[in-house]
Amino acid sequence: MSPLIEVVDIGKTYGSVIALRDVSTVVNAGEVTCVLGDNGAGKSTLIKILAGVHQHDRGEFRVEGEPVRFSSPREALDHGIATVYQDLAVVPLMSVWRNFFLGSEPTKGFGPVRWLDRKTGRTTTRKALADMGIDLRDVEQPVGTLSGGERQCVAIARAVHFGAKVLILDEPTAALGVKQAGVVLRYVAQARDRGLGVVLITHNPHHAYPVADRFLLLKRGAPLGQYEKSEIDINELTRQMAGGAELEALEHELRAQA
Amino acid sequence: MDERVGRSGLTDRLIVRPEVGALLGAVVVFVFFTVVTEQFATIGGVATWLDDSATLGIVAVAVALLMIGGEFDLSAGVMTASTALVTATLSTHYGWNVWAAVVVSLLFALGVGALNGWLVMRTGLPSFIVTLGSFLALQGLNLGITRAITGTVQVSGMRSTDGYAGAGYLFASTFTIGGVEFQISILWWVVVIAAAAWLLVRTRFGNWIFAVGGSAPSARAVGVPLVRTKILLFMGTATAAWLVGTINILRFTTVQANQGIGLEFQYIIAAVIGGCLLTGGFGSAIGAALGALIFGMARQGIVYAQWNNDWFQLFLGVMLLAAVLVNNGLRKRAERVRR
Repeated sequence: MSPLIEVVDIGKTYGSVIALRDVSTVVNAGEVTCVLGDNGAGKSTLIKILAGVHQHDRGEFRVEGEPVRFSSPREALDHGIATVYQDLAVVPLMSVWRNFFLGSEPTKGFGPVRWLDRKTGRTTTRKALADMGIDLRDVEQPVGTLSGGERQCVAIARAVHFGAKVLILDEPTAALGVKQAGVVLRYVAQARDRGLGVVLITHNPHHAYPVADRFLLLKRGAPLGQYEKSEIDINELTRQMAGGAELEALEHELRAQA
Repeated sequence: MDERVGRSGLTDRLIVRPEVGALLGAVVVFVFFTVVTEQFATIGGVATWLDDSATLGIVAVAVALLMIGGEFDLSAGVMTASTALVTATLSTHYGWNVWAAVVVSLLFALGVGALNGWLVMRTGLPSFIVTLGSFLALQGLNLGITRAITGTVQVSGMRSTDGYAGAGYLFASTFTIGGVEFQISILWWVVVIAAAAWLLVRTRFGNWIFAVGGSAPSARAVGVPLVRTKILLFMGTATAAWLVGTINILRFTTVQANQGIGLEFQYIIAAVIGGCLLTGGFGSAIGAALGALIFGMARQGIVYAQWNNDWFQLFLGVMLLAAVLVNNGLRKRAERVRR
């Protein structure tokens, strides 16, 4: 069976800037592929290609074996690829259930005259959130009143509910406290256990290691290495992330000065 | 309902509604002028200020939807004159049937609205600037073309045109309640309010309006057709301006080429008094209608009280500031962010 997503030697340039080159990886059903890298490593560019926001100009991007090139996020969604962005996952002033169904609202009516089925919207939202183990007080409250972690969870539950096969999470834990981050990671694991392929973008190896099956490290737009979980432990992952040898050199330098 | 929702109380639920401030304001203004003037609360008085509110409110409601969608339309005021001029020129100068002229005028409005929206989406410039441009351009066209065709800066003589009776009945007739004539514009206003309120909170499109105004990138990321939604909203304000332009030309049978300037800010002010955020994503159609009602009541109330009209501007300024402050407080309550 072909993987849900496969990219082969993919690349992207903005004018004369090479944002991404020669990146290859796979995302399988029921597995978490973790993309790690510092700021400017090309993580955002990679997920924007996967999410249909940008198009790659080199290499090949396959979804379930079929080569694709998305022209809009809608097209990526239609292929079952849902993306949850760090800070723009939801519309803060809108209620939880309106956010949950945004873009896929349930309607009823006669022929072309259709209106929102608000009752279905509310009950379905409540149930979908409960199925993911998310317990909200009131689905009519504005999403802005939720905590950062809860907002991410609503966005994840939404993607799962609407039949996403691949879930892309952009820095879901970056702005969160330790406890909140743990809650979000639990939902990531839950989405994985439901058979979704997950792409988790982060710069925190301690968040990545417990849930991920595969690690793709990026640096300055190029792959630094790719490891299965069995091939690498968290210390080595952290070392590679932090720049490995460079960091050791810095440490020596600082010690010498002291 | 979850047990933790509990006693959210009627006041708490009311206070998060955007139109509450405007409703209170409307009640205060109504009571005030009822007390200080004699004619204000008579049927004749009501008919007068309802008509004033209606011709303002029809466009204000559409402008409110656009503002909730995160954009401005400064060309809406001048558009009421442009559409009236198109109708009047075609039917008086070129002898068209009024109905045909009215339809062409509507197509013209839809075209300008679509162009506004397309330019805003295409260039990514603030709609404030883009529609300021179309506001000035339309103002110039109104005067230039009218002068070129008629040699003057007004078009009149609608009454003798072909089809005037029927179109006039639909857009500019009156109905009688308690021996007093009410303008049909009031009914149009009610229809526009009902349609806009329903569209906004009960349909998919309404959901999209809140989303594109509240957070355009989020909306786009979940598949909301951002460009189409915003262009349709611009076409909506242009259509509302066309409706008012048509009502005006058929009622007064004359249009000045420099009419409508300054109205664009009145629409925005009515929408803001009605609880629309300048930043988009929050507001209500009924609120904007209440804003227009406050406007109409105050403008006519000052006339009945025989005060100098200068005081109206002061009232407007104070009202606007008060509304923005109250709405800001209400919105913060609505989205108390806890982390």
